[in-house]
Amino acid sequence: MITIKTTDRYNITAFRSFMTIILSLVAGLGVISIIFLMAGVNPLHAISEIFSGSFGSIYGFKETLTKAIPLILIGAGLTLAFRAKFWNIGAEGQLLMGAIFATWVGLTFGELLPPYFIVPLIFLAGFIGGGLWGIIPAILKIKYSINEVISTLMLNYICAELLTMLIVGPWKGKTRFGFPGTNNLPDSAILGLIPGSRIHYATLILAILCAIVLCVVIYKTRFGYEARVVGENPDAGKYAGINFLKTSLILMAISGGLAGLAGVGEVAGIHHYLGYPASVSSGYGFTAIIVAWLAKLNPLFTIISGIFFAGILVGGDAIQISLGLPAATVEIVNGTLLIFLIMGDYFLNHKITLQFSHT
Amino acid sequence: MEDIIISTLQRAMVAGTPLLLATTGEVICERSGILNLGVEGVMAMGAVTAFIVTITTGQPWLGVLVAIGAGMAISIIHAFASITLQANQVVSGLALTMLGLGLSGMIGKPYVGKPLSIKMDDWTIPYLSDIPYLGKILFTQSPFFYLAIFLALVAWFFLERTRLGIQIRSTGENPRATETQGVNVFRLRYLSVLIGGGFSALAGAHLSISYSKSWIEGMTAGRGWIAIALTIFALWNPGRAIWAAFLFGGIFVVQYLMQPLGISPNFLAMLPYLATLIILFLISLKDPRKLNAPAMLGEPYKRGER
Repeated sequence: MITIKTTDRYNITAFRSFMTIILSLVAGLGVISIIFLMAGVNPLHAISEIFSGSFGSIYGFKETLTKAIPLILIGAGLTLAFRAKFWNIGAEGQLLMGAIFATWVGLTFGELLPPYFIVPLIFLAGFIGGGLWGIIPAILKIKYSINEVISTLMLNYICAELLTMLIVGPWKGKTRFGFPGTNNLPDSAILGLIPGSRIHYATLILAILCAIVLCVVIYKTRFGYEARVVGENPDAGKYAGINFLKTSLILMAISGGLAGLAGVGEVAGIHHYLGYPASVSSGYGFTAIIVAWLAKLNPLFTIISGIFFAGILVGGDAIQISLGLPAATVEIVNGTLLIFLIMGDYFLNHKITLQFSHT
Repeated sequence: MEDIIISTLQRAMVAGTPLLLATTGEVICERSGILNLGVEGVMAMGAVTAFIVTITTGQPWLGVLVAIGAGMAISIIHAFASITLQANQVVSGLALTMLGLGLSGMIGKPYVGKPLSIKMDDWTIPYLSDIPYLGKILFTQSPFFYLAIFLALVAWFFLERTRLGIQIRSTGENPRATETQGVNVFRLRYLSVLIGGGFSALAGAHLSISYSKSWIEGMTAGRGWIAIALTIFALWNPGRAIWAAFLFGGIFVVQYLMQPLGISPNFLAMLPYLATLIILFLISLKDPRKLNAPAMLGEPYKRGER
């Protein structure tokens, strides 16, 4: 007789934690290989194409860094929200709201102000836009106990329709030849690129700074401590007199605000105008959920996990072209890896032993 | 005018059907204590499998059966992660949605835009369909409509009146006490997640082979998420889910009715999502003790621990 015995593990080392993540990712890639096989594609070829497409060439790596910018920004913000067990699934909408605010400021004041003034202003506008869109679900959750998963998701749909309403209606640009979209932002509001790439460095630096600062906030400040208590032990938090509404409002303003910054980067760094929601963001708000999870909810690590998942996005585009796989492939890869990451947590937190006995 | 009202109400019933199916499934699942946020993804899987089987075999009911099987199969992932491995149910459900949307997009790619020539005839109920007004609205409908109402009533009876149903509910309220009664909590929760997955897939099958008679990526359009909100709105009661779902069906349809009035189509497209927030707000004004939420919803159950 073989019996499986599980016991809780209390001494979790950083090394064990790291190895669990690696093994989870490898196991996930194993399952993805099976899916590739069933789709009639050689899995080894497909997976090596993904990683060589994103990390194997200078061009690929530049694209990877470009896509890592929104993922790091949003992922870092999500670590804060998720630590407080505030399940913000609405980063996509918060990104779009940031893009809307930034576009408005850019189009309205861009001609009048010099770049060193307008660029900080559009970032501020984006942060405010995303932050405001983020605190709505916080108010709904704390004041009216409305489940934040549903409210943030609904706000995604609402924001996407709102944006479309603007670009086909009042904001429709004269230079777009009848296609929906605003006019181009004035040159002063357009972010500089690292030559020969699409990396808008101002946002990249901002993203890395945000990840570092947020790490300090979570681990070294009273607010960060309170956010963690709200998530881990709400009852203790109530006794300790933590103001849940205030804490949730601040953390969602930050989480939404960072997503808003990502929206600014996409509009002012990449597209230079506000177009359809699906072109402003290719699902960064959802991919960033996995980025945050892979980073073990530590904002600093989102720099690495953001680059990793940006690589999968870029590599996914590459195999779409070279192997004729559908766009949905990236979603399969992301979903599968997320499942294996959360499953891996069980093996990290539990010790599993097989016991052999004669019966 | 009369005709417009009748046809609007008739279409509201059609639009409410997938919502009712998915909500009924989620009610059963959540009653056992497991929150399944994978509805949207499972629905997409159901839609694509039902469509492919129907278009290749010409047998819509075979398509429905295969869809239910596929929905249950993919839901095992959530069941295993959240029940056996005690994983975070929010994240596990989200992962299931990502996977379901992705897989359905991949499997369905060759079928995008292909029209389904097989017609599923409406069922005209003898005599009842002759009732003025009501006959057209309620008794000349697709088989899915009757199936959805029938299954919701069965689910109500199952949860409220049968031994197994009561055990499932007590699993969601107090798993430890239920286990001491000699009930296998894990098994019941697995069963509930699988039933929920089957229902979500059935809702998807309705979308692809009866409602729009075509397949396109992302055709579920947030209906799975709305079903999760309706589960709360229905106070975890399949009976209440019936009118909640058809009320929402009405909101989906009202968009088309209001379009000629010159209101922005994007604003109208927002309505179902806005309405979801509004109903959750209205529900929040109720006394939380009367909400009936399963006490252990979303809490992993650890065996043999106090």
